[in-house]
Amino acid sequence: MPHFAIDDLITLLRECAGEDESVDLDGANVRDLSFEELGYDSLALHNTVNRIEREFGIRLPDDVVTEAKTPRELLDEVNLRLKQTS
Amino acid sequence: MSAPVVTGLGVVAPNGLGVEAYWAATLRGESGIARITRFDPSGYRAELAGQIDIDPGAHLPSRLLPQTDLMTRLALIAADEALADAGASPRDLPDFAAGVVTAASGGGFDFGQRELEALWSKGSTYVSAYQSFAWFYPVNTGQISIRHGMRGPSAALVSEQAGGLDAVAKARRNLRSGTALTLAGGVDGSLCPWSWLCLTRSGRVTESADPRRGYVPFDVDASGMVPGEGGALLVLEDPGAAVERGVTDIYGSVTGYAATFDPRPGSGGEPGLRRAIELALADAGLEPGGIDVVFADAGGVPELDRQEADALVAVFGPRGVRVTAPKSMTGRLLGGGGSLDLATALLSLRDQIIPPTVHLDRPAFAAELDLVAGSPVRTSLTHALVVARGHAGFNSAMVLRGDKELES
Repeated sequence: MPHFAIDDLITLLRECAGEDESVDLDGANVRDLSFEELGYDSLALHNTVNRIEREFGIRLPDDVVTEAKTPRELLDEVNLRLKQTS
Repeated sequence: MSAPVVTGLGVVAPNGLGVEAYWAATLRGESGIARITRFDPSGYRAELAGQIDIDPGAHLPSRLLPQTDLMTRLALIAADEALADAGASPRDLPDFAAGVVTAASGGGFDFGQRELEALWSKGSTYVSAYQSFAWFYPVNTGQISIRHGMRGPSAALVSEQAGGLDAVAKARRNLRSGTALTLAGGVDGSLCPWSWLCLTRSGRVTESADPRRGYVPFDVDASGMVPGEGGALLVLEDPGAAVERGVTDIYGSVTGYAATFDPRPGSGGEPGLRRAIELALADAGLEPGGIDVVFADAGGVPELDRQEADALVAVFGPRGVRVTAPKSMTGRLLGGGGSLDLATALLSLRDQIIPPTVHLDRPAFAAELDLVAGSPVRTSLTHALVVARGHAGFNSAMVLRGDKELES
């Protein structure tokens, strides 16, 4: 079963929306910081969620962009869908 | 009402990135016009342009790259330079004290083309969410405002090549209404197949393949214009607010402006250009003799050159004022062209030297226009007039005075 890890998410965030200079995306507690603290707004997340959906062939709910406040919440949502579709 | 002062400049041009690099190249007569290399222009009716190539990552944070067209990247680079030049940090000013006014011709064409290609070749899920604003004509105003925390009165103007003056005039109105500082001007151009098709279908773009003779305004061989990328941004400040900020050195003041519209095509009426110049002079409280140099619009299309020569002769008399068209080295920068001419005029006033019009081998209006051609002319300069005409009837004229020090 495919699994979506924090490193995968950070790679896609960097590719889809770049990286805020003042933020350390490789930091230990990055999972539980808010996307806002990480420098990502809703458009950045839209782009990233689109990429995730395409790469994994899944469909996430439309409100995931506003509902998932942290990387951990987005990872959980993605992995839940992956589990359901496998 | 004291005239707004220009305290900072930022320039991106095909013949130089940054104010001083551009100015040095311009005085040397170096052209940035060449065959397009960004895409293969063969198969289109025209192939010359003033293209700007930059390494965007060297100038801007990565967070901005996926959401910006080249037009916006160039504008952000010019904004950084202009604000640094003025020693201004808008975030340190009161919350709504600083605004942004930019001109554009269309928007981020290259970005838009890429996303349309993604839509039609792969499907809607492949379209970037940033398409929602990255192609949009006011995007430069928005991105600059966000990057520098400039939340005061802001706007975007679309009046083709006249926009570069109209944006600065709008900034002047904002300062009169109490805004302390406004970053104003235009940075335009995103050469790509889509924009190239739009531009070349205007019928005003030269089909010449010779970079030296493609865009030769006021020349017997004038065959159209060459479009270019880039422009300039100016920091305009209320003089009182500038004094309060500790500013001492300035480039000059905006002392006059007017805009007019051409009569309906085919009506036989006189173009609005002469009226725009006369009204701008009146606004500045100057007689024609008070102008030391004119930065011409220089359409490069024989009929447009004729109209401009007629208007200048009507106001100044035959060979009544020195005229130059340094845009012969950059091409016409659409929304950015007028602003680059303003910046060039202010540098001209600063250094008391008129930059040349290049490649004017066979003057078509030798009896009418005293063109500075080939090499720069050193002379005493106090006032410059910048003229800009936009496709579809826009005429604008702006008077600048070269003050070096701010009177407190």
